[in-house]
Amino acid sequence: MTPLATDPTLENFGTDPFWLVLLKAVFIFVFLVVMVLFTIVYERKVVAYMQARVGPNRTGPGGWLQSLADGIKLALKEEVIPALADKPVYFLAPVLATVPAFLAFSVIPFGPMVSIFGTQTPLQLTDLPVGVLVVFACSSLGVYGIVLAGWASGSTYPLLGGLRSAAQMISYEIAMGLSLVAVFLYANTMSTSAIVTAQQDTWYGLLLLPSFLIYAVAVVGETNRAPFDLPEAESELVGGFHTEYSSLKFALFFLAEYANMVTVSALATTLFLGGWRAPFPISTVWEGANSGWWPMLWFFGKVLLCLFVFVWLRGTLPRLRYDQFMHFGWKFLVPAGLVWILFIGAFSVLREEGYDTRQILLYGVLPLMVLIIVVTYLWPENGSADDEDDEDEELPPARGARGTDGGGMFPVPPMDLVVPPSPRLRAQRPITVPATTETDDTDPPAGETR
Amino acid sequence: MTTLAAAAELSRSETVVFWILGPIALAGAFGTVLARNAIHSALFLVMTMASLGAFYFVLEAPFLGVVQIIVYTGAIMILFLFVLMLVGRDASDSIVETLRGQRWAATLFGIGFAALAGGGIYRALDEVALVGLTGVNANGGNVLRIAELTFTKYLFAFELTSALLITAAVGAMVLTHVEREPGERRGQRQLSKDRVRSARPSPLPGPGVYATHHSIATPALLPDGTVAQESVSRLVEPVLPAEPGLGIRPELEPAVPGRDRVVSTTTTAADGPDLPGSQSGGPASVTGTREPRGASQQRQTDPTARTGSVGGGAERSE
Repeated sequence: MTPLATDPTLENFGTDPFWLVLLKAVFIFVFLVVMVLFTIVYERKVVAYMQARVGPNRTGPGGWLQSLADGIKLALKEEVIPALADKPVYFLAPVLATVPAFLAFSVIPFGPMVSIFGTQTPLQLTDLPVGVLVVFACSSLGVYGIVLAGWASGSTYPLLGGLRSAAQMISYEIAMGLSLVAVFLYANTMSTSAIVTAQQDTWYGLLLLPSFLIYAVAVVGETNRAPFDLPEAESELVGGFHTEYSSLKFALFFLAEYANMVTVSALATTLFLGGWRAPFPISTVWEGANSGWWPMLWFFGKVLLCLFVFVWLRGTLPRLRYDQFMHFGWKFLVPAGLVWILFIGAFSVLREEGYDTRQILLYGVLPLMVLIIVVTYLWPENGSADDEDDEDEELPPARGARGTDGGGMFPVPPMDLVVPPSPRLRAQRPITVPATTETDDTDPPAGETR
Repeated sequence: MTTLAAAAELSRSETVVFWILGPIALAGAFGTVLARNAIHSALFLVMTMASLGAFYFVLEAPFLGVVQIIVYTGAIMILFLFVLMLVGRDASDSIVETLRGQRWAATLFGIGFAALAGGGIYRALDEVALVGLTGVNANGGNVLRIAELTFTKYLFAFELTSALLITAAVGAMVLTHVEREPGERRGQRQLSKDRVRSARPSPLPGPGVYATHHSIATPALLPDGTVAQESVSRLVEPVLPAEPGLGIRPELEPAVPGRDRVVSTTTTAADGPDLPGSQSGGPASVTGTREPRGASQQRQTDPTARTGSVGGGAERSE
């Protein structure tokens, strides 16, 4: 577990000259914007592939400039501000949504120590003893953008969407925070670069699989992505919080959503997938894979993989109902996170007491699992009431069947159906079903049937 | 900022940050008090809290800074906003003084209190030497030191605080709890079964919203021109579109007890200046459509009462 010489520690930060800080900041900004443009096309292409379509293929080589063209179009569009909007807050909201999304990326490590124009520096803008919490703080500030957008629009649907998103993001932030605690306990640090260093042997995604799963579910809720995209559920809320936004302000919300997606993917990479370290077969075969500028490639690949999962989820799962969603967050994710932390805490304490991992697994975890399995099997079955009445109840025969007995046939209109004439078309004759032409054509003048 | 080693005196960057963030924090504090709109007030408070969080960073307490932003700015103020938004967006302060002279008194006492507190703090801190957190942070870092203090020296206070929060949470749950018999709550499956077996398995007809009426109180019309009573919610009074072109035949409407006022509408009464289509949108048109029903005039709801609803986007007051 001895860290490589190229692994940055906290002492390596805060010593960069000003021009280098500026360079890194500009790089992060450009990286995120390009990633957003890329992700939008990427998402459309992946979803198109999953649905056996072609996807965007007109603008630029292979359609890859589609999102750029869309972005330019969006920025040049006319801006409509609702008359009832609260102007200052209406202007502030997209900014508040976008800025934290970019800010969070400042603590994401791209790679080890490299030499930039002769200066040894880590490939990371900055790091803090509480680095991961900074990302967390940024995501909690990002909620403001959405909530205020909903409120300031002065319209009902955005308000409902904004309130929904506030409740949703706060709830899932708790689950997300709990999933991170296990990583902190295991790595003994909260700085992102040190967490990457600590994953030299095993990725935390494997070691702390439940944490990783909880994190993966929670960030989908946190970024308002399908199947948890309830704040902008089109079928219920038109567009949700950004219904009343147009032009560049809408583009900012779009940007923030995708930037958040990239950020949580990068954080998942950093915390659970070994950060910028080369994946298993490469790192064993090739010594130099973890030094120099190569790690940026591995990092980028892992982020892309996480983004693919986001798109995959969107292409596969239908949107959840709001109460099911809240149920899942509070009654499953949060308790599961707490139990897992308890388990990890006990594990850490036992290890510090001098028991080795095999002993703990054999005498602690194995009996516990057996106990859980036995209890689950012996637990009295209490099927829900709905399932029980399935068996003893019989569906009544469909009504209105054409036959005289009427039982079990598909409901069809009666044979002697007479459609009343439309009052607007008085000149017309009553429409009758041709099969029962008992009424003479000459008989009733129009409109007299009633 | 993390590796700042300035122990004895303020470094230049600290001073710069202080003079930038200090006024911002102060402006936020004043804005909180002076803003007329409750949401603006809360936002100014967020500004102050975020600046305080940044101050903690500068003072070499990054953990406190982040917690300040996550907990206060991120969670508590969002909940504040949540409640304020549900109150309604037009809930600005009224300028009417309910207690005579209270504004002057409040200003006077406020300034007095600020002077007393500020003077006291200034006097108390005047002779304190600047120590910095470098020594405290040295052994294991800021986070570990805070954890050690919290879980050893201040454990009792910490546990008491958590007990207080738990009590509050349990209290909130008890107050909002709804008592239900077992089996009283029907599941989605049961509901859908009941619906299929009922007399009407299909959804209720939607209201008849025409180009000249955006009110959901406009009932839908059946093919023969009669009113579909189920198309209007029980909670609103149906308002017939009194327009000759629509071919309404009020004489055909089934008389419903309690709604007879509505069905007595005649199309002829609407001809003339009362045509709702000729008026601009807004509460006035709501009144306009009701005018033909002379009998129900006194039962009308006050049109101004509707505009005060939360985010009433559809019916706005001029």
